[in-house]
Amino acid sequence: MEETPHDCPGTGSAQAGRGSACQGCPNQQLCASGAGAVPDPAMEEIKEKMKTVKHKILVLSGKGGVGKSTFSAHLAHALAEDENTQVALLDIDICGPSIPKMMGLEGEQVHQSGSGWSPVFLEDNLGVMSVGFLLSSPDDAVIWRGPKKNGMIKQFLRDVDWGEVDYLIVDTPPGTSDEHLSVIQYLAAAHIDGAVVITTPQEVSLQDVRKEINFCHKVKLPIIGVVENMSGFICPKCKKESQIFPPTTGGAEVMCQDLKIPLLGKVPLDPHIGIQEFCSLRQPKEERTSLAPETQRNVLDESSPS
Amino acid sequence: MEASAESGNLAGVRHIILILSGKGGVGKSTISTELALALRHMGKKEQSVSLMSVGFLLEKPDEAVVWRGPKKNALIKQFVSDVAWGQLDYLVVDTPPGTSDEHMAALDALRPYSPLGAVVVTTPQAVSVGDVRRELTFCRKTGLRVIGIVENMSGFVCPHCTECTNVFSRGGGEELAKHAGVPFLGSVPLDPELTRCLEEGRDFMQEFPQSPAFHALSAIAQKILKETPAQLS
Repeated sequence: MEETPHDCPGTGSAQAGRGSACQGCPNQQLCASGAGAVPDPAMEEIKEKMKTVKHKILVLSGKGGVGKSTFSAHLAHALAEDENTQVALLDIDICGPSIPKMMGLEGEQVHQSGSGWSPVFLEDNLGVMSVGFLLSSPDDAVIWRGPKKNGMIKQFLRDVDWGEVDYLIVDTPPGTSDEHLSVIQYLAAAHIDGAVVITTPQEVSLQDVRKEINFCHKVKLPIIGVVENMSGFICPKCKKESQIFPPTTGGAEVMCQDLKIPLLGKVPLDPHIGIQEFCSLRQPKEERTSLAPETQRNVLDESSPS
Repeated sequence: MEASAESGNLAGVRHIILILSGKGGVGKSTISTELALALRHMGKKEQSVSLMSVGFLLEKPDEAVVWRGPKKNALIKQFVSDVAWGQLDYLVVDTPPGTSDEHMAALDALRPYSPLGAVVVTTPQAVSVGDVRRELTFCRKTGLRVIGIVENMSGFVCPHCTECTNVFSRGGGEELAKHAGVPFLGSVPLDPELTRCLEEGRDFMQEFPQSPAFHALSAIAQKILKETPAQLS
């Protein structure tokens, strides 16, 4: 697994810590001080912490608003339906944390104990962590530059007492920047199963998603597959299908064929997932709208070690 | 070309509008594009539209820009100081979602030129509104005036039976504007013709004047025009 940032001059080079690509890298100060051979101690601590986490899945997209958080939340819920499966959902979108609202956990607070921060438990076997739980008001803005966001992600991985976890799902913000580089670097020593990349059918999304896939290749992050969300809309009245986000260039299907990546599934636009009452997943199972169980099964099949 | 310290490359720009949202995928780029086109068509004579984006600097379209904050900040500064913008009535600044490096860098670079303010885009549902509340706090803290809120993806009219479905819930944008004490500029419905035009690089404002999204976007552009004291030349 690639641990270094793109264009990293190398920790042993004369440019270590001084190059333009070094700015914001967690190791910058160490490299610039000449102690480049000594890695951040947090890396070892995180490696230890992650020993009790069996599977780690990142949910990514180059594009915003395609349904990463929605998919992450539903996947976590589906996995946790088996009481014997321990599930953790980590939200590393620092500026726009959607997971607390989606999981019906708004207003919950994080507690600290001797063994670290305790995640917020929705069920006994489903723990959640997000910067949203650290904010005191829904109007609080997190106006942080990259290095501070990186510090928060480090704390989430090092200081949260996740315990024994079968699946850690990591929800990310859109893009290919600080948060993504940091989570991959910090988890470098612990094995990441791979990334599920979310898109919507139109080319404007696919364009960003291709960049995200390139990013995954650059940092040697395996891609479990792609999920095409908002794939068609069935009118509740006349039951006819419309393409609100038309797949003008063939949608995810053609992109996946071109790039030889599995298409894990296509999920239609379902207003029940969007509307406020169903936004909270904290409901009895019978009343909850499920997000394409077949797609979720495909994610698990593709991510399991062969 | 060196940027002059006194005049700067934005000296010839009359009005600067930032398009913001705490939330991704609500239609900032769409609204930026359509607003620019609407403002263009509303001028007494056809204005040209200038555009700058990192997309033009990439060798390959699929190339990922894997940069941390400081490098992104530097490019944004360059967009302001090193691009020969010339004489412009309006500069519309499209931003990524969030309240981080890019937003602070853009504001720092543009502040000397007194931006008109920000148009904040949301979609109707609670998760969007939740993020956009934080964006409004960002505006308050940084002293950036909020021109108003636009609620995008506000309902979808089925082309087969004309039933309107609130695909992404309803009402959140207007309620937020009321709660935050900022103007509500209008709701723009989901329109596959708009999406298609954006995909194909066509001028929606010129090609689909009958569509509901056109009316909503024109009305929003009119409201913004009212905010600007000088007439378009």
